[in-house]
Amino acid sequence: MKEQILKEISPNDLLTEIMKIKNDGYRLVAISCTNKNGMELTYSFDKDYELLNIRLITDTETELPSISILYPYSFLYENEIKELFGVKITGIIPDFNDNLYKIPVKTPFGVNE
Amino acid sequence: MGNRTIVPFGPQHPVLPEPIHLDLVLEDETVVEAIPRIGYIHRGLEKLVEKRDYQQYCYVAERICGICSFMHGMGYCMSIERIMDVEVPERGEFLRTIWAELSRLHSHLLWLGLLADAFGFESLFMQSWKLREQVLDIFEETTGGRVIFSVCDIGGVRKDISSETLMKIRTVLTEMEKELKETTSVFINDTTVKLRTKGVGVLTKQMAFDLGAVGPMARASGIEMDMRTQGYSAYGKLDFKPITNDGGDCYARTRVRIKEMFQSIDLIRQCIDKIPGGDINVKVKGTPNGEQFIRLEQPRGEVVYYTKANGTKFLDRVRVRTPTFANLPALLETLKNCSLADVPILILTIDPCISCTER
Repeated sequence: MKEQILKEISPNDLLTEIMKIKNDGYRLVAISCTNKNGMELTYSFDKDYELLNIRLITDTETELPSISILYPYSFLYENEIKELFGVKITGIIPDFNDNLYKIPVKTPFGVNE
Repeated sequence: MGNRTIVPFGPQHPVLPEPIHLDLVLEDETVVEAIPRIGYIHRGLEKLVEKRDYQQYCYVAERICGICSFMHGMGYCMSIERIMDVEVPERGEFLRTIWAELSRLHSHLLWLGLLADAFGFESLFMQSWKLREQVLDIFEETTGGRVIFSVCDIGGVRKDISSETLMKIRTVLTEMEKELKETTSVFINDTTVKLRTKGVGVLTKQMAFDLGAVGPMARASGIEMDMRTQGYSAYGKLDFKPITNDGGDCYARTRVRIKEMFQSIDLIRQCIDKIPGGDINVKVKGTPNGEQFIRLEQPRGEVVYYTKANGTKFLDRVRVRTPTFANLPALLETLKNCSLADVPILILTIDPCISCTER
């Protein structure tokens, strides 16, 4: 397996970094959120089987721009993170407004529920 | 502009074994837009990692899906092994590869049956599932289970397969291969099958890349991407090439999966020929600390396992990005401009697994 690269960035640099990655021809593999000591978002990209991870730390109060203008298929990941973790991702195209998942219990889920 | 109507598709539909809802915006009989709603079988399995320790979670990972159950367990175990720097014995890796390829074979046979059922070819449906039964019998004989096997463990596998049983598997697969050729020739050559699948739901190579498609969906659009080529488990010691097709339509996706079944049989044969003796697992001590991304090729495509550990027996996070989740945007795009009558076939040809998608 090829090496995995992890790069930490500030939330303010998100779109600039993603734009560079997009121009380099990477495919978006996944966006993952870890709810531990803040909201840790990891954007994973692939090019020729090399995995590039971009990481930022945010919280549920700060607005974070959507990358769906650069990677249109990111909308499912972003809607999921917004709905299940409560991260305020703005400008998702399309934005399901916390209705992607039909769950009878209240979201976002907390750590100790 | 024709009459615009919204037709709800699912969550219960004859062609769907699992629930997903799509709002189909139609202009007369043509789909203009498809809006998905998921979550009918969301079980919060990722969050369960907070309540189950890293060894117990093996059993949870296997229950993410009933079709690629083994490969979910394998992906999770591989991610923990990578964090803990555990080296699985070679025999264990070969056994994992045999079960993984048997899983691909039974998954594709299940899918072929569902496809035949969707266009009303009942005898073909029964023939496909009859063949699948033989694979399930092998699972039962080697693991004790037909759906959930619980043989994959951190550090290797829990059960060995004797040389006699391996030879028996070889014989069963040789016989099955003959029947498979006969059955799949109908999918490839029959006029009615072609009429329902050729030119339907075309996804070009560029579209497949731009929409992040994976697995047979991407390979049927000419993208040569297969995680097995990265040599995880025993794949590095086997001879194979990803199967691709340039058609991009439902017919191409069918042909790719058909060829992959024969490829799986070949890979299992290679494993049986090359499997070394020795231990099947190593004892794992301590608790994991660190994080790791693991990617595997499941029957439906690339699956991503992200695991983050903190040095205790409870993990901080397990995140699973399943192939159907990645293929949904491509499905929604190909549904545009297709006829309402083609929607069920088109949805089926991405081989959707909703249990995986919703976790």
